[in-house]
Amino acid sequence: MAAQILFFVLATVAIAGALGMLISRNPVNSALWLILNLFCVAGLYLTMNAEFIAVVQVLVYAGAIMVLFLFVIMLLNLAELPNLKRLEWRRVIAFVLGMGLLAMLSFVVASSLDVLPVPQSLEMAAANGSASSLAKALFVEFVLPFEVIGILLLAATIGAVMLSKRKPV
Amino acid sequence: MEATLNWYLTLSAVLFTMGVVGFLFRRNVIVMLMCVELMLNAVNLTLVAFSQSMGDTTGQILVFFVMAVAAAEAAIGLALVIAIFRNKLTIDVTQFNLFKY
Repeated sequence: MAAQILFFVLATVAIAGALGMLISRNPVNSALWLILNLFCVAGLYLTMNAEFIAVVQVLVYAGAIMVLFLFVIMLLNLAELPNLKRLEWRRVIAFVLGMGLLAMLSFVVASSLDVLPVPQSLEMAAANGSASSLAKALFVEFVLPFEVIGILLLAATIGAVMLSKRKPV
Repeated sequence: MEATLNWYLTLSAVLFTMGVVGFLFRRNVIVMLMCVELMLNAVNLTLVAFSQSMGDTTGQILVFFVMAVAAAEAAIGLALVIAIFRNKLTIDVTQFNLFKY
């Protein structure tokens, strides 16, 4: 029962955070709402006993990526975008497409209720999400992808520096 | 009653849809990039839910890699935004029409 209540509270706050991100006009407010959402998703990982992923979520997403976003927003010193006078068809189409996508995804979830896997016991789930079992998989079975992702991050860092460097005139 | 798998999947679907709607809805490039992060996050939630209920660690390894790619994507995307802002002094996507004609 407690897990159920925890899920509903976290899910409600996560959806509220996403909604706040969508409708707030100031980009800084958007970023702060998104951070709230990311923390709630980290809490949801904890309710599933995936502690390592929850910690990485807070460190990488809420810590590193969102700080980068806030840095860029404040670096550019943006004014709010002006309102458009005419009705934008883009927005109507976006809403219709979004509702279609939501209908499709919920149809898939609802129609696959009887083929979903039976949840395993709590102890097994806790053992599955622990840092030691993840490390075993990451450094034994998936060593090559791990190294490749390191090279990808290095390339991204160099690319970001190259792209944002001021060109010599 | 435990919080079951299909609740997590439904929440993930809702979050993903909000990311898609936001991406199509907003004109601010930085908020659009944040919406991409929201979508990646929703997919991560699905992966962790399946991984934890099936007792397979591979899903969480994939989440780890998705986070690394999201970090790389955010760094490159924001560098592109800075580079475009230097030329056009706006981050309104409707003003980015260099490739349109």
